[in-house]
Amino acid sequence: MVTRRRALQLGAGAVAAGSSVSTTGLFASAQTPREIVIGYVSPQTGPLAPFGEADAFVLGAIRKRIAGGISVGGTKHAVRIVVKDSQSSSNRAGEVASDLILKDKVDLMLVSSTPETTNPVADQCELNGVPCISTVTPWQAYFFPRKGDPKTGFQWTYHFFWGLEDVIASYSTIWEGVHTNKSVGGLFPNDGDGNAWGDATHGLPPALDKMGYKVVDPGRYQDLTTDYSAQIAKFKQSGAEILTGVPIPPDFKNFWTQAAQQGLRPKIASIAKAVLFPSAVEAIGKSAYGLTTEVWWSPKHPFSSPLTHQSSGEIALAWESATGKQWTQPLGYIYALFETGIDVLQRTQNLDKKESIRDAIKSTHLKSTVGTIDFGHGPVPGIAKTPLVGGQWIHGKKFPFDLVIVQNKTAPEIPVGGHVEPLSSFA
Amino acid sequence: MNWLDTVIQGTLLGGLYALFAMGLAVIYGVMKQINIAHGDFIVLAAYLALGIVAATGLHPFLVIPLAIVVFGFFGYAVQRTILNRTIGGDILPPLVVTYGLSIVIENALQQTQSADPRSIKLGALETASVPLGGGLAVGVFPLVMLVTAIVVAIVLEIVFNRTRLGMAFRAVSDDREIASIMGVRDKRLFGYATAISFAVIAIAGVFMGIKFTFTPSLGPNFLLYAFEAVVIGGMGSFWGTLAGGIVLGIAQAIGFALNPGWGILAGHLVFLAVLLVRPTGIFARTA
Repeated sequence: MVTRRRALQLGAGAVAAGSSVSTTGLFASAQTPREIVIGYVSPQTGPLAPFGEADAFVLGAIRKRIAGGISVGGTKHAVRIVVKDSQSSSNRAGEVASDLILKDKVDLMLVSSTPETTNPVADQCELNGVPCISTVTPWQAYFFPRKGDPKTGFQWTYHFFWGLEDVIASYSTIWEGVHTNKSVGGLFPNDGDGNAWGDATHGLPPALDKMGYKVVDPGRYQDLTTDYSAQIAKFKQSGAEILTGVPIPPDFKNFWTQAAQQGLRPKIASIAKAVLFPSAVEAIGKSAYGLTTEVWWSPKHPFSSPLTHQSSGEIALAWESATGKQWTQPLGYIYALFETGIDVLQRTQNLDKKESIRDAIKSTHLKSTVGTIDFGHGPVPGIAKTPLVGGQWIHGKKFPFDLVIVQNKTAPEIPVGGHVEPLSSFA
Repeated sequence: MNWLDTVIQGTLLGGLYALFAMGLAVIYGVMKQINIAHGDFIVLAAYLALGIVAATGLHPFLVIPLAIVVFGFFGYAVQRTILNRTIGGDILPPLVVTYGLSIVIENALQQTQSADPRSIKLGALETASVPLGGGLAVGVFPLVMLVTAIVVAIVLEIVFNRTRLGMAFRAVSDDREIASIMGVRDKRLFGYATAISFAVIAIAGVFMGIKFTFTPSLGPNFLLYAFEAVVIGGMGSFWGTLAGGIVLGIAQAIGFALNPGWGILAGHLVFLAVLLVRPTGIFARTA
């Protein structure tokens, strides 16, 4: 199967190479105005759809901002953004990426949200020599499954987000705020995130072990598993007072309810992915109060958009008044993704050379809605790290739940809004 | 591994699978049609129940009778207007049409309800449990689910074996043409069968909506378990379907206990083993 897919991709690469030769022949130099095409892939439907929820709103704002075209080297060029839905499937993500490259002939690929989306799209771009910027996947889950070499990185694909080391720092700082026996139960599914987070060398268990925590990892389970009694039994047996993991939303609600039914009551739970979104915690209901999670972006983040000049708070307000819904974390990152894309294009020397666009990505130094993006100084080449803090879901004022920032150890520029409280104080 | 706990939790899980499966078994038993949209109808029922809960403020369990009535009529309408047109010698049209319905339902829900996860809230009962001693505990809600599955199986057994309607169902199932000659109005009868199937789907939908957070795209996952439970249990008996669901639940629970990645696989293996050794199902009444 690998060989077949590889053969297809190589074939696609050859076609792309052939066609790019002819386009350079047809179009004249970068000075002539021409339409720039940006491809964007994200999960807008399917189980990962909450990640893509803010897309339409952000795209509306960005398209309005660049309606008159963007200026590259003194010439105004129109910009067209072609949006594709991955339908939460990695196969489909790869297919639409290939369509964007071969049919729409995109100049720049942007992709967002979970390894299932970013990785296949980035792979297509790497094979076909198309510059690509991705986000909203912890960098290890983006870099290592794609067989990235920590010395050289990738040639065409660049990524900005935080990493597992930030989650580890964030969660362990949250746990320090509550008195526990340092016994941790880990819930890692058999998917891109679960395998990276639970990885025995790069993941959470070895790092937490070193910090004096005892991690019980019952093993990878399939997404949409209906029963968690086995995990609950193991956690109870080991006396886990801390719970962590990266389940998808329907699975966590199921697990959490079963845990309560079967008498597993941790003192603190730090859950990634499943409780990121207000809609997800509302669906869980009362028992979601006190859950903690990682916070990549919030209205309190002291950054503003270089494109629309709105502060984080103003972006969140605009979203809430336009949709009537509570702000969600991808909002800031989708802004930042397009801010970076537009910034790269504006700094490109020669739009007709993919290498030139790639070089502009390499030299990015942008103060974006989610912090400074700089691909030159990451943990491995081609990765820009953005700040991460930790938050807890508490009773809200405007909406049923509020996500308040309770720790900022690795990003002191982002203000904390309260102290972490044990789960029992929300019961 | 604690065997007792594993078997108990597996049995409780089986109650849910049996609820998923019995609606499928009714339609297959009477019309020999496989409803590919079965899981999507379960999700649709959950949205319907959620809507009723939101509009009336009733307790979710009190919404069940209402959902049964609404979904029963809906099922009758679906059969009379759509599915009856696909009945004939060929097994393909019902498959294709219900597959299409599955896509239509999922996308219509996506369009109108968004992809946000929802759930039906049960309050304190949701996490209430009965301690069994020795550190074991079973949830009240899973128990309610299992008892409901048993009650549904009893009711369906009575309807199919002790009533004139059931006799007609069995007659049509055995030989549609002869039954028609004897005065059975088969198309209307098919409507009744689907109405019963959808009534069970309504119950399954409410329980699913309480147990999981659901999104429009969740349906196909339930179809597979329902289908496996029906095949394991065997055709012709709802006790068989109930047992099939429980066998599937226990198989998965044992798999999960050995390794969290093996549970679903263990269920599939039991399903395949039954197909190999006893293709009519463990508890089949018909040959």
